[in-house]
Amino acid sequence: MTRAPIRLSALPSGRIEERFEDKSPRYTDAEAVAEANRCLYCVDAPCVKACPTAIDIPTFIRKIAAGQVKGAARTILTANLLGQSCGQACPVEVLCVGDCVYNAWGREPIAIGRLQRYAVESALARDPAIFRAKPPTGKSVALVGAGPASIAAAGYLALEGHRAVIFERKAIPGGLNTLGIAPYKMKGHEALRELEWVLSLGDVELRAGVSVVAQAAGPGEVSARDLLAEHDAVFLGLGLGADARLALRGEDGDGVVGATAFIERLKADPGLDLAGVRRAVVIGGGNTALDVAHELALLGVDVAVVYRRSEAEMSGYAHELEGARVAGARLVENRVPVEVVREGGKVVALRIAPADAPADMGARGPAPGPAEEELLPADLVAVAIGQSRATQVALAFEGVVLDARGRVVVDPATHRTGNPRVYSGGDCVNGGKEVVNAVAEAKIAARAMHEAMMTTTARAGGAAPGPSPQGS
Amino acid sequence: MADLSIDFAGIKSPNPFWLASAPPTNTGDQVRRAFDAGWGGAVWKTLGNPIVNVSSRFGGIDYGNTRLMGLNNVELITDRPLDVNLKEMREIKRRYPSHALIASLMVETKDEWREIIRKAEDTGADGLELNFGCPHGMCERGMGSAVGNEPAVLQEIARWAVEFATTPVIVKLTPNVGDILEPGEAVLRSGAHGVSLINTVKSLMGVDLERMVPLPRVGGASTNGGYCGPAVKPIALHLLSQLARHPGVGRLPISGIGGISNSRDAAEFIALGATSVQVCTAVMHYGYRIVEEMIEGLSDWLDDHGMRSVNELRGRAIPQVQEWGELDLSYRVVADISADKCIGCQLCYVACMDGAHQCIHLPGRTEAEARAAGHTHLPKVLPDRAVTADPSGEAAPSRVPFVDEEECIGCNLCALVCPVPGCITMREVPSGKPPETWNDRVQKGTDFVPGGLESTARARSS
Repeated sequence: MTRAPIRLSALPSGRIEERFEDKSPRYTDAEAVAEANRCLYCVDAPCVKACPTAIDIPTFIRKIAAGQVKGAARTILTANLLGQSCGQACPVEVLCVGDCVYNAWGREPIAIGRLQRYAVESALARDPAIFRAKPPTGKSVALVGAGPASIAAAGYLALEGHRAVIFERKAIPGGLNTLGIAPYKMKGHEALRELEWVLSLGDVELRAGVSVVAQAAGPGEVSARDLLAEHDAVFLGLGLGADARLALRGEDGDGVVGATAFIERLKADPGLDLAGVRRAVVIGGGNTALDVAHELALLGVDVAVVYRRSEAEMSGYAHELEGARVAGARLVENRVPVEVVREGGKVVALRIAPADAPADMGARGPAPGPAEEELLPADLVAVAIGQSRATQVALAFEGVVLDARGRVVVDPATHRTGNPRVYSGGDCVNGGKEVVNAVAEAKIAARAMHEAMMTTTARAGGAAPGPSPQGS
Repeated sequence: MADLSIDFAGIKSPNPFWLASAPPTNTGDQVRRAFDAGWGGAVWKTLGNPIVNVSSRFGGIDYGNTRLMGLNNVELITDRPLDVNLKEMREIKRRYPSHALIASLMVETKDEWREIIRKAEDTGADGLELNFGCPHGMCERGMGSAVGNEPAVLQEIARWAVEFATTPVIVKLTPNVGDILEPGEAVLRSGAHGVSLINTVKSLMGVDLERMVPLPRVGGASTNGGYCGPAVKPIALHLLSQLARHPGVGRLPISGIGGISNSRDAAEFIALGATSVQVCTAVMHYGYRIVEEMIEGLSDWLDDHGMRSVNELRGRAIPQVQEWGELDLSYRVVADISADKCIGCQLCYVACMDGAHQCIHLPGRTEAEARAAGHTHLPKVLPDRAVTADPSGEAAPSRVPFVDEEECIGCNLCALVCPVPGCITMREVPSGKPPETWNDRVQKGTDFVPGGLESTARARSS
């Protein structure tokens, strides 16, 4: 079966992300072979165990060393259909590379992420026909959200011969991969190219600009009930919702942005204007905070990251903090924001106060004391303290249950929800992890959906009794 | 500092490092720069009747990240006019009277040999090297290795040379023979003054799989060439040791050639009987400058080992070259894996499982798991070793394999594949048996192993 190449509408030019250079550009053939030849080809390798999708890393690296790039890509993509974006976006320092045996020897570990990106990108550029989908099964799956989890699940389902229809609320598909990954790691158009390849794997359809709701009220909306009626299974790859807010004086208005909304505009909105931004403050201690700080610093903005606890307690990775620092950002630790200071409506500073004794901190951090407050001058304040969950869409499916923190509850062995025909994976289940975790969960769900669909024939309407779901 | 000077059948050289007859000795300018860099001698690129070379003419073999582990060529003898070469040789000898300058020669007829020997010696060259080794091109014209692997022809031509020459005659041998002692003994009978070996090994370097043409590609075709470089060193050492051990040939000075790239390689050749060593591929790869390390390294090695001259090193390892039947069957070593140095790659484990005797085990396995993995014998004692994976990734104690010493046959494979120097060592263990060789057993009549064909035959006949 040959299909015409699928071209998603290109991202508009003039995006700020186009100004970023690649931190780890794709290897040339010679560089890749030289690096691949350093790999020891370990037995039962620790790097494989550290990979959530369990890519057979020594095998694909050996294939690169032998010049067999297509075989290398096949090894990667069989385990992880989004092998290219994972090669660029994975925190390899704390996964495969972090467990490379060379670390135990005090030697530079193998650059597994860069080798992976090289293998997939070069192989797909030469010949995208790495896989052949099985004959059509007549089964159909609806996937809600076009982020990494749904894309990967759709690809795996398509290879099994199932029809996959992805529903995406936004006009630009790809979720985190297109709109959330730091531009110095991966550009939006690269994510879209990977998505195009997944769409070409078999009978995959993408419906962008369509919201899944409880009650459809017109064009651009489709109801959960309709999805269940028209498809044999549904996969919820909802991602996360809007950025959380600080609830501070002065927060409302221009100059204060949610971190992920801001990154999305950096990556996709040519209308974003940072001309007047010379100083910025980022609030938070996670990887999103470090990402946005790193990006702003690379754009020449003077950036301070304000974190309520100490550096050692940050949830962001040490290597990400280091990267942000190298780019010029600085950390202001053990401080809590008190007020966004405005002059004439324009943000001019963030008022911060020392955090109290670390021992009695609640979830919202210690209460700010009146003493020793200081002002951090800023033209922009980015709030990176978490995101809400997309609970409404999930609850529109009968039988789907959320836990106390708003995460979709699934059986970890199958990623099936309380509704036996509804599966889920990715951020909406794990609360916000890496792309590679989303792919790993999507793989489990796709396998379970495939098995379920191939053993049942009727397209049941309601919620048949299934195994009781457990928390993830 | 040790005395590195040598006397090779009367040819004096300030050190044993000579350039082999090859592209690095193609011109007077090159040899001048080589001598200035420190080389003790040069065997000029083979003189003979004018030839035409092809393009391309070299092929290389890489291994992993190592470039040019082996090199091959389909180049022939010098393609420069004879009188130009002779003029340059004379000039070199005049400017470097204490360096060794040797003329490599290859012609066909007796008259041609007489003529070229006269002309070569007229330059002031210190000696002659008869090129009986070139395995391509010239042998098809009845020269080179065509002579080298016909002992009678070799002996006759070498005898002419000895008759015509007033300087020492060295015969350069080809490795492309079944038994190196046959041409070696022919050299001895000819009265020649020394031998050099090895010339290149017949080879075909590879195939361009897109064009389906072997390499190096000359237009749409290729041919076999001569293989050299680090890859051929073990072959050269073996053939050198064969000649050096021979009671007759071993008395001739030998110039060792084949993959010598550094002072350590040179010391090994000299320990196995070489008086001088000839270098080509390493110079083609890195240039004449490598001789600095060779001179300094050999001198330091001699100093460190209490030897005052390179002559003291010569032949030291020859008595230890023995036939298999003289090896001690009672000697025993077992592998010892250092838990402190192990990085947990487990290459020793898989090598032992698939390539040896399945005596390296992984910790934390049950007997059933070990059997399922392919172990047919299990160790009597399991070492007390941590088996819980260390999530920090800093150390990998759970991944350190251990050796079932009872079953270890001391083959070395694990130590050879281990990437960490000094992590796996072979520890000598007493076997409790007196030394005994296979030849001893033959003499005592105990040279059968139960279960062999002979014992089966005996059992049937009784």
